[in-house]
Amino acid sequence: MSKTELPGRIRKAPEGFLDPAQIAKVQSGRRDFLRNAFLAAGAVAAGTAAAQPPKAAGFQGESEILDLPEHSKGLGQPVAARGYGAPSQFESNLQRRESPGLTRVSAASVSFTPLQGLFGIITPNGLHFERHHQGWWDVDPSRHRLMVMGLVKQPKVYTMDDLMRLPSVSRMHFIECGANTGMEWGNVAVPTVQYTHGMLSCCEYTGVPLAALLDDCGFDRAAARYVLAEGADGSGMTRTISIDRVLDDVLVAWAMNGEMLRPENGYPLRLVAPGLQGVSWVKWLRRVEVGDQPWGTKDETLHYVDLMPDGVARQYSSIQECKSVITSPSGGQTLLDKGFHNVTGLAWSGRGRIKRVDVSFDGGRNWRTARLEKPDEPKCLRRFNIGWVWDGGPAILQSRAIDDTGYVQPKINQLRAVRGSRSIYHNNAIQSWKVAEGGEVSNVQAY
Amino acid sequence: MTRIFRLALAVLGLLACAAQAQSKFPGVGRPATPAEIAAWDIDVRPDFKGLPPGSGSVAKGQEVWEAKCASCHGTFGESNEVFQPIVGGTTAEDIRTGRVKSLATGGEARTTLMKLSTISTLWDYVNRAMPWNAPKSLTTEEVYAVVAYILNLGDIVPGDFVLSDRNIADVQKRLPNRNGTSRRHGLWDVKGQPDVKNVACMSNCATDVKMASALPEYARDSHGDLTVQQRRIGAAAAPPAPQSPQLALAQGKTCTACHGIDKRALGPAFHEVAAKYRGQAGIEARLVEKVKQGGSGSWGAVPMPPQDVSDAEARSLVQWILAGSP
Repeated sequence: MSKTELPGRIRKAPEGFLDPAQIAKVQSGRRDFLRNAFLAAGAVAAGTAAAQPPKAAGFQGESEILDLPEHSKGLGQPVAARGYGAPSQFESNLQRRESPGLTRVSAASVSFTPLQGLFGIITPNGLHFERHHQGWWDVDPSRHRLMVMGLVKQPKVYTMDDLMRLPSVSRMHFIECGANTGMEWGNVAVPTVQYTHGMLSCCEYTGVPLAALLDDCGFDRAAARYVLAEGADGSGMTRTISIDRVLDDVLVAWAMNGEMLRPENGYPLRLVAPGLQGVSWVKWLRRVEVGDQPWGTKDETLHYVDLMPDGVARQYSSIQECKSVITSPSGGQTLLDKGFHNVTGLAWSGRGRIKRVDVSFDGGRNWRTARLEKPDEPKCLRRFNIGWVWDGGPAILQSRAIDDTGYVQPKINQLRAVRGSRSIYHNNAIQSWKVAEGGEVSNVQAY
Repeated sequence: MTRIFRLALAVLGLLACAAQAQSKFPGVGRPATPAEIAAWDIDVRPDFKGLPPGSGSVAKGQEVWEAKCASCHGTFGESNEVFQPIVGGTTAEDIRTGRVKSLATGGEARTTLMKLSTISTLWDYVNRAMPWNAPKSLTTEEVYAVVAYILNLGDIVPGDFVLSDRNIADVQKRLPNRNGTSRRHGLWDVKGQPDVKNVACMSNCATDVKMASALPEYARDSHGDLTVQQRRIGAAAAPPAPQSPQLALAQGKTCTACHGIDKRALGPAFHEVAAKYRGQAGIEARLVEKVKQGGSGSWGAVPMPPQDVSDAEARSLVQWILAGSP
């Protein structure tokens, strides 16, 4: 019995898992084979006429050109047919998805952003990754309050109306869960960049600097060393943020990418803690307390601690160090043709700006420097691109980012030498994608 | 108007100006009342700042535990079914040293008591976030009691122990992993020292590229059909499969919060329900009643509360579940 016939297995669809003979057909220009393979796999292709093979004898042209489609001959839909627009029906493959088996209950789980299909650096709000500890809520903004208290002259309560009257700022930042790539500390465990790196998103946030609110309450500058941020959800998420971060760039934000926060991302108010792991970006933010000691909360004592080989757990590990990943080609995709390909990916650093990204096509032996796209913002994603002519042979693709502190993204074996393989959090290792001779791209660790 | 009165007015005016000058944003926000601060300021720090006075016994904790905690965490806090286990992996030697030995030598399993370095954390955790589906519903006594019960399950306190704000600092001195954490690392400060120093070599760097790990065969299908997770331009673009209206209903009524289609969560998977009941006489009516009235016992101790669905909705859901949730 072949593997694909095992009961309960999901049948491999043809695009990702062609056998060598099939791939040879595709690469020789027999694109019709691919279409037929999809039909054979049960893809519903209603109304799709079998196309003429482009290179067959007597080829007159494609029906897509020779036969005018309906949308060229008829009247389209009116404006405001959809009051809040939605992506094309042909884009439905790109969804937030859970990693099966990672968690037992979906209200305390993660959904991953489909990085493999995104462009530029901004994450569409509907595809922003989710991490909830006790489910998400759609909180009535007229009933939401923010309290600032602790080491302040005047503890205060702010409504959303209050906050939105204040001088606001808009800034672009990445947010990455500390556990992103955490499944890969030991071995390769998941197939695609969605699951290896998809606890990563990037938005333009609008809000008010937390420092302005602390000033408004007359916080004790001499004694204040930390603030506690607390969420209004059932988990009452609480994280200690050091005061130097707060006075630097932490925001109390109500908007992402031009609209109000999505409920899954903390509507109507969340903390934006640039460079710090996602758990510190407390959603449904209800309270900020100024204090002189860290709080040792559940999510900085029992969870989100990094276990070192000697059995000691690092507390308050928060900074997301410099990291990058090639998003295309990436695991689960297949290169169908030799020749030129644009290799693209993302780089970021919780300590500052991305200065350079190098890409290797031979597993790290030789490197070339990629083009960095604009904008160049601190603690923000940076898109990189580099051209590559694939000769049809096996290759291992890697990217390596350098930030403006001079720090060079490490290899997984370098990280493991210090941290072992059980620390779960803060795996910022160089990612390797293997391109097989047939063009199939898969997740490997190579160094 | 007397001169004194005029002077007093001037002074008052100055004071008002000074008060206004304190805030750059006059009219924004208002003072928090003491009652409001008390209602929300529930955090408990490792130095026990914020811990409310009170006490709770191990015996009382067992009662609360069995009623409100055991269904997820197991009677002895050992369950790995829903969440990671709470109790286990600590020894009398660990209590003596304050370092849990199995954290250095053990495998993946890490219980709450193995990791717990500050007792305030456990108190605060239970108080703010437990029970999982009804957080902040326990009384102060119940929180003390549940914490005492957990500590007793870990042999940290005896069975007749009463935990209180007066003896909690003594318990801290017995926590098995009280010396098990560190803040000496470079990931707390934005200017902290990184652990590793890679170099940006450009050519002939690694002489021998080692392929250390690849996705194992058995894991290739673990995340479903990967091709439908990629944009499909250039290939046959299939229109999206229509979603079953019953699935939408099950999601809308939050059935899927506790029931997976083929995966057991707090309740049985729909496929399990279908396999158990399909073909039984009168089963549709019985299950419709169960959806509406709630039930417990058929699939373990976690009860299903009554669901807010119409007869027609319940019937549609039950028929769909019995048909294998297509």
